[in-house]
Amino acid sequence: MKFKAEIDIMPLKELLDPQGKAVKLGLGNLGIGGVDDVRVGKHITVHIEADTEDEAHSKVDTACKKLLSNLIMEDYSFQLSPVEG
Amino acid sequence: MKFGVVIFPGSNCDADTLHVLGNVMQVEVVSLWHKDHDLQGCDFIVLPGGFSYGDYLRSGSIARFSPIMNEVVNHAQKGGYVMGICNGFQVLTEAGLLPGALLHNSNQRFICKNIHLKPVSRKGLPSQQISTDATLKVPIAHGEGNYFIRPENLKKLQDQDQILFRYCDADGNVTEAANPNGSVYNIAGVMNEQGNVFGMMPHPERASEQALGNTDGRQVFESILSLVNA
Repeated sequence: MKFKAEIDIMPLKELLDPQGKAVKLGLGNLGIGGVDDVRVGKHITVHIEADTEDEAHSKVDTACKKLLSNLIMEDYSFQLSPVEG
Repeated sequence: MKFGVVIFPGSNCDADTLHVLGNVMQVEVVSLWHKDHDLQGCDFIVLPGGFSYGDYLRSGSIARFSPIMNEVVNHAQKGGYVMGICNGFQVLTEAGLLPGALLHNSNQRFICKNIHLKPVSRKGLPSQQISTDATLKVPIAHGEGNYFIRPENLKKLQDQDQILFRYCDADGNVTEAANPNGSVYNIAGVMNEQGNVFGMMPHPERASEQALGNTDGRQVFESILSLVNA
């Protein structure tokens, strides 16, 4: 079976996010008021083959833990869905 | 003592490091290709600076899974010496061989300039032989050099004398103003608990020859060599 994982990786809340800080400044310069906080992370899509959804879940989870994110500075979450055909 | 400098795609300080070790410090040194599975009998592995794999995903994160890194991790776990400079330091934290992580600089900029270093550890090879009263002027060149470690782990680094260098001013004062990138506790370099894996963001290999107008970095290599050859 083919699955698609939609993975979000975000800098940990307690860490300063310089990119988010710069974007927040940009939004202010654009004239958009009321912006409280901006954080910039990554969105990664992975297409993966696995026999079961559980297996796909475990593969993606390992990928996130070992390579796609660094748990010292980031956290991750993902949604898994079967891909037709 | 045979040195090996690993070349990843995107490394750009490998030639400088090979030159300083081979021609300036006059030690036996070879280059090691990232696809190799063999350390060619090297005793001391150096991961050089640069932008391995374009710094994609996170600095050092993809290089960490290069074939040769299996051998490097093995070497380190058996007590062999490994040192990472700049991008090499990032690779070693990603590989879990050194504690902490290197975040984007707090000022959101790539910083390329001379900074000053205070030698700290009396246990670590790169700093041990340099007086704690000395101040080394060495360049940094990085966008992600903001050393981060949790407070409980910082305490461990301090207690176990694992901090090699701290950023300071020209007079040797460790101040907030002398911290170029937001690093926790002004940390510029650390080592592992066992004392055989080292990492530092500044580039001693860029400051080891009179022709370049600065030889302060040479003291780092001299400290290492006087101990490993002892």
